[in-house]
Amino acid sequence: MKITGLLTVIICGALLTYYAMDFPDFGDGRSPANTYLSPHFLENTMHDAHVPNSVTTILADYRGYDTMYETTVVLTAGLACFFLLRRKESTSPPARFFRHVPTGLTLRIEEGGKLPAENSKVFTRIDSLWAPDSLIIRNTCRLIIAFVQLFALYVVAHGHYSPGGGFQGGVLLGSSIILFSISNDLRRTLKRFREKTAAVLGAIGVLIYSGTGFVCLLMGAHFLNYEALSPLLGLKTGDPMARSHGIFSVEIGVAFAVMSVMIWIYYNLSSAGKHDEGL
Amino acid sequence: MSLPIDFIVLALVVICGIVAISVKDLMAAAIVFSAYSFLMCLSWAVMGAVDVAFTEATVGAGVSTVFCVAAVFHSTRRTKD
Repeated sequence: MKITGLLTVIICGALLTYYAMDFPDFGDGRSPANTYLSPHFLENTMHDAHVPNSVTTILADYRGYDTMYETTVVLTAGLACFFLLRRKESTSPPARFFRHVPTGLTLRIEEGGKLPAENSKVFTRIDSLWAPDSLIIRNTCRLIIAFVQLFALYVVAHGHYSPGGGFQGGVLLGSSIILFSISNDLRRTLKRFREKTAAVLGAIGVLIYSGTGFVCLLMGAHFLNYEALSPLLGLKTGDPMARSHGIFSVEIGVAFAVMSVMIWIYYNLSSAGKHDEGL
Repeated sequence: MSLPIDFIVLALVVICGIVAISVKDLMAAAIVFSAYSFLMCLSWAVMGAVDVAFTEATVGAGVSTVFCVAAVFHSTRRTKD
């Protein structure tokens, strides 16, 4: 079986390499993509949308319909993880572990034993799987998270001018919450950012994206043609800033969707769908 | 001038790819895969595709590694084959 697999991989790889040699060279000025398409985008982004970063314009304006379904794919991935992994009834583990905060002792309480109060200051519940208690990690992450989130907002808002945009900023926002969950624990994270919030925010993100398109449709233009938004934004007709603002609203939708889906997948994956004890 | 960097990064990408599928420890495979993603990110940056490099760094080297590690925590650490 291993030899068959190896042969398949080698044959497929050889075929791919053979046909890849017919491709135009990297940066070839005479390749079909570089003769009319790329120059058109590069020359017209400033004139059309007033966005210096042409990648953002291509992603959210010229190819906006494509990106809308990419966002939907991300949401679908979160939903798939939810349906595959989530268990409705939380099957409590046979033994629970608690840490006595003043002394640092770990208590193991068997099933049926008397558990400490839920909001006890003296006992904190710890995971049975992996529970390092490091002051340095917790406080460093506490310091870092705020800056990660600030940088993520910058990446979302500044995607017009520098690399970045909704996807990257959304992932950064999501990873800041994941960092909190890793440095503390899953139960505390779930209290601050509930699963329902993640699901609703993910759907709202896609809704913002498609809603922008529908507003354009209502204003009498094509779907996702942001030029039609200029009367709503108080701009003159044909002002390129309308498209710039349209791209921005779409990016916000993408950031919402990606952020909450990343957190949602992490919740389901790290606790095997139980949302009780996580990584 | 950028050609040697290209070759070094590409050679490391190939090495990381082979190591990631051949190590027995799944946690090590996840970490090597993260290194692979990061080298791909470097490679995109060398080619001038900064947006793609940024996405690769956040999604490939960042979040997907966390997902892999979280999945390894709930399965066996060592592969059977």
